[in-house]
Amino acid sequence: MTIRFLLNGREVACESAPDRRAVDLLREEFGLTGVKEGCGGGECGACAVLVDGSARLSCLMLAAQLAGRSVVTVEGLGTAEAPHPLQTAFAEHGAVQCGYCAPGMLMAAADLLARDPSPDREAIAGAVSGTLCRCGGYGKIVEAVERAAEAMRPGPVRKALRKKRGGA
Amino acid sequence: MSRVHAPRGLAELLALRADLPGAALMAGGTDLVPRSRARGGLPEDVILLQDVPELHGITSGKGLLRIGAAATHAALLADPRVGRGLPVLARALACLASPAIRNMGSIGGNICTASPAGDTLPPLHVLEARVELAGREGVRELSLAEFILGPGRTALGPGEVLCAVLVPRPEGFSLQHFEKVGLRGAMAIAVVSLAAMLRLDGRGRVAEARLAWGSAGPAVVRCPAAEAALLGRRPTLSALRAAARHARAAVRPIDDLRASAAYRREVAGNLLLRLADLSSR
Repeated sequence: MTIRFLLNGREVACESAPDRRAVDLLREEFGLTGVKEGCGGGECGACAVLVDGSARLSCLMLAAQLAGRSVVTVEGLGTAEAPHPLQTAFAEHGAVQCGYCAPGMLMAAADLLARDPSPDREAIAGAVSGTLCRCGGYGKIVEAVERAAEAMRPGPVRKALRKKRGGA
Repeated sequence: MSRVHAPRGLAELLALRADLPGAALMAGGTDLVPRSRARGGLPEDVILLQDVPELHGITSGKGLLRIGAAATHAALLADPRVGRGLPVLARALACLASPAIRNMGSIGGNICTASPAGDTLPPLHVLEARVELAGREGVRELSLAEFILGPGRTALGPGEVLCAVLVPRPEGFSLQHFEKVGLRGAMAIAVVSLAAMLRLDGRGRVAEARLAWGSAGPAVVRCPAAEAALLGRRPTLSALRAAARHARAAVRPIDDLRASAAYRREVAGNLLLRLADLSSR
C-alpha cells in the first residue's frame, strides 16, 4: 500500500507492506537511523518517535498506522547546525555515554516538555522511566532535561514581550 | 503478510468483524504485537481501531462515565473525570507500564488481553464497571466478572467488539487506593496488586468495603469475607489484619519467575494494612 504521512515536517509517501514495523520503515525507507531498535518488544524505549506529538514506540507500530499522521524522529527534533535545546543540553551535560538510548530519551523528554514546561526531577524521571540506559547515566539525563526546560522557558523579558504582542 | 484494515466508523468495523471472524482487533498493539511476534507473526487480518471515533470518546451522564474502549491510558489520566473523579483507577493508570505505552495502549485492550496482571482490572472490579459489547445483532452489557473468563479468555463473541467501559460514579467512597508490588518502578508486571474502596460512616466506621486483587489468581480475586470483616469497624491495623487473614485464604496465586505463590499470598494480605495509614491521615 502507499502510505502518506508527515515526516519531520515534510509530506512523504512510500510503498510498504501494511504490517511492516514502523521502526523498519523509518530506518530503511527514509534512512532515519536515529530511530534505534533495542528490545523490539516495547520494553526499552529506544525506538520512541513522536506521533501526533506524543511519544510512541515504533517497534510496536505497523506502517499502516502512520498514514495521515505527523511523525517526528530525533532527526526532526533539531540538526547539528540548529539543535533542539534538549539536544544541546544532552551534549553539554554529558547525558550521552554510548548514545544508544539517547534518541528515545530525547523523544520522551520532548513529549514531557511539550505538556509541562516546568517539570520537577520526579516528573522528568517518570517521563523517561520507560527508556532504558544500560550505561546507567540517568542522573545526567535528568539534569540535562532540567537544564533544557530552563533554557526553553521564557525569561522575564520574553514573557513581557509576549504579553505586549497579545498572547503566544 | 497480514492484511491491515482501518475502518473509519463503528458500522464499518462491525461489518469487517462479521466478515473476518479470525481477525485480530488492534488498538495500541502493545500486547498484540509482541505476543504475535513471539508466536511467529501477526494474524492474517488485523483491524485497527485507531480511526473509529465511536471507540475513543469519554462521556458522562446518568450517574456513570462511559469510556470508549480504544481510549488510551494517557487520555484517561489527562481527563479530570478519571484523574480526580476515579482515584483508584487513576493510581493504577499512573503506574501502568511506561509513558509511551500509556500513549498507545487502551483500556479496552487491557480488559480484552485478560491478563491476571492487568493493572486496570482490580480498579474496574471495585468500581463495579461493566463492559458494553456491540455486534450486528445489537448491544449487550456484562459485568467484568462475566466478561473475563480466565487468563487470555473473554466472553467476546466472534462478531462482537468491546465498545465501551461503563463506570458508575462512586458516591461517598472517601478512601480509594491502588497499590502494585512489582520488581521495578516502570514496566513492572504486577507481582500482586490491590484495589480498595472504603465508604465510611459519620463515625469513621466502614459502611461498605470493596477489595480486589490482581496477579493473585487466574482472574481478579474479590473476597467477600475480607470485605465483611471490615464492616462496622474503623479501618485500624487490627481490623485490617483480620481481613487480611480472609484475603490470604481466598487468593489462588501461582509460582512464576517473578514470585512464589507463598510470597504472593503473604503480600496480598499485607497490602490491606496500608489502608490503616491512609485512613488515619
